[in-house]
Amino acid sequence: MSSSNLFNVTMIAYMVSTCIFFAMLASRNKAVGIAGTYAALFGFVVQTVAIGLRWKESYDQGHGHAPLSNLYESVVFFAWTIVLIFLVIDFKYKYRAIGFFVIPFALFGMAWAQLSLDAGIQPLVPALQSNWLVYHVITCFLGYAAFAVACGISIMYLIREKVEQTGGNVSAGGTLAMFPSIRILDDLNYKAIMIGFPLLTLGIVTGAIWANYAWGTYWSWDPKETWSLIVWFIYAAFLHARITRGWVGRRAAILSIIGFAATIFCYLGVNLLLSGLHSYGG
Amino acid sequence: MTTNKRGLAQQLWDFFCSLKLSIFLLIGLALTSIIGTIIPQGPQREYLATLSEMKIRLYSSLGFFDMYHSWWFILLLYLLTLNLICCSIKRLPRVWKIVSEPVLVMDETFQKSLTSVKELKLRGSKADLKDRVAALLKAEFAEAVVTERDGSYHLFAQKSPYSRLGVYVVHLSIIIIFIGALIGSFFGYKAYVNIPEGGAISQVDSRTGKQIDLGFQVACSKFSVSFYDTGAPKEFKSILTVLENGQPVKGYVDIPIVVNDPLTYKGITFYQSSYGPTDEGALYHISVRDRNTGATTKLEGRQGERLALPGGAFLSVMEATQDVRPFLKDFDGPGAQVEFTPAGGKSQPFVILSQKWDTFNAQHGGDVVISFDGMDQKFFTGLQVAKDPGVLVVWLGCALMVIGICMAFFMSHKRIWARVSDDGVTVGGSASKNPAGFEIGFDELVQKLNKV
Repeated sequence: MSSSNLFNVTMIAYMVSTCIFFAMLASRNKAVGIAGTYAALFGFVVQTVAIGLRWKESYDQGHGHAPLSNLYESVVFFAWTIVLIFLVIDFKYKYRAIGFFVIPFALFGMAWAQLSLDAGIQPLVPALQSNWLVYHVITCFLGYAAFAVACGISIMYLIREKVEQTGGNVSAGGTLAMFPSIRILDDLNYKAIMIGFPLLTLGIVTGAIWANYAWGTYWSWDPKETWSLIVWFIYAAFLHARITRGWVGRRAAILSIIGFAATIFCYLGVNLLLSGLHSYGG
Repeated sequence: MTTNKRGLAQQLWDFFCSLKLSIFLLIGLALTSIIGTIIPQGPQREYLATLSEMKIRLYSSLGFFDMYHSWWFILLLYLLTLNLICCSIKRLPRVWKIVSEPVLVMDETFQKSLTSVKELKLRGSKADLKDRVAALLKAEFAEAVVTERDGSYHLFAQKSPYSRLGVYVVHLSIIIIFIGALIGSFFGYKAYVNIPEGGAISQVDSRTGKQIDLGFQVACSKFSVSFYDTGAPKEFKSILTVLENGQPVKGYVDIPIVVNDPLTYKGITFYQSSYGPTDEGALYHISVRDRNTGATTKLEGRQGERLALPGGAFLSVMEATQDVRPFLKDFDGPGAQVEFTPAGGKSQPFVILSQKWDTFNAQHGGDVVISFDGMDQKFFTGLQVAKDPGVLVVWLGCALMVIGICMAFFMSHKRIWARVSDDGVTVGGSASKNPAGFEIGFDELVQKLNKV
């Protein structure tokens, strides 16, 4: 069994999980939701094994490095971190409906990686030959993943608020009755960002330490660095807005979605559209 | 007049203390930072050529070509610093008071300032109720301090009061990072130097165009670059020696440096950054075999040099590489692009490889088969040179920032008051963070209290 086959199994598991969560919302049956969580958990376990296997495969090829070095590997790892953060929040709070708004991010990542990205294991170029690669990538992507979860929750917030405002009957057992209440969604949004912000900060700090060790400058306003700072500014604004009257709820949800859009641009847009130090291999 | 003046000062103070200014500055910094990621920074001739003169003049007057050092961007950073200092000065004493002298008694006025207040539906004697509430608080929350006043019992319990200081630790850390950056910009420099193999330098070129004397010499005895099978670079390595007054310094002789593993001497660090061929050029080695006799002649020459071949033909090497794999997929070893001029004929360009690929080489050359034996190329190593005495201060700031964020996020100063009076039991609570989240926990606690 190669890691590539296991990644396909992972993708299918996330697809099944998404479908089950949809079925839960459509059937308004909470018991169905647990199956969605288990499908996601199954995919997560398989993906963990697959990432470990890919690591071993790189040693078999004589390169020997953590599978975090090119676009394919980073997208796969991003999907893994999203599901990890989702599972943590799911097991803690058990609001299953969130799965329908979060697992698709992971599914989309896996599908993109498996269907159109170059899955070849490349040896590390000199700039990436450092232990800081592992610390930097892990902290950044866990942070990104928490923001992805916050974004999914914020979308739920906006949908539920919209329906409530237009006089939809939420409590009478409609699909929306499966959503957590507005107050809880707002709180979960904040909680997810509280996971993401320290991790993003650590990611920026480890990146700065690495840059200083490799080039002698901890900050050079490279587009990737700058965008990570932009993301940091947005979530810092979110956190300060939180303690200002009138910035809870709807505005917080919108800021959270903007923050995730900036995160995605920082992750992909900078590499695909701008030039800089972080060109992924391939 | 004086009141007016005081009013203005007060207004200015309030302005710099306001949270709205923080949000405005953070979003403003986020938005303006985008400009510098779209417009290439620094002198970029090719990019400038794509702009109209109007745009160039507009952009440079706004400082867009060095945006992150432009006066208005620095001003935004200073305003943010001023804002967070003012916020901290205004709020810290009050917060310190909350931490060091907690309010033990929830009276009617204080109660009105709390968002979470609940009346309990408990019956029983005051002393008994007090004990039951205190026991539950201890089990579910934290040990309570009991104060007796005006015939009522006042209970107060709190969790992680010091978490309130986390925010100020983060604010302090940002100021420390800025101080570290300023130290670096005043007392440090970034420079660049090329050292040819076998050469030594004692001066480096700073980014601002100044020549900086190191006070010692750095020699490079060898530079090497290796490649993976795929043709991707594997390692750039320079062997460096530090010399004082021409004498090698003990412990700094023949030190290999690679990317991600620099050399530091007297606070100055040398980073492997680039490389290139030295000006003197490569020496190419060529074998020429006569197709009829099989006799082989060895030749040597530099780029563009016209070499006379046996039989009256001429050969010039235009370009060469030690490894053709990146250019020709099915071949390996050294290769050269040559121009071959047969005796009295027209010049023909073609590629020659090593003797291993004899059938490939035999396609050209008329009476002779020409093969490429390799080349001797001297390199220079390009080193980034940095001196930054502020870097440790920056790391201190970063560490404080992470600690402060964790204090502020993962710990919340939660306080619960309970008043047991003749009218019944009233519970109030507040949290320094996330009031929405606290309320959920508070409601659960009230439910449990209702059952004691």
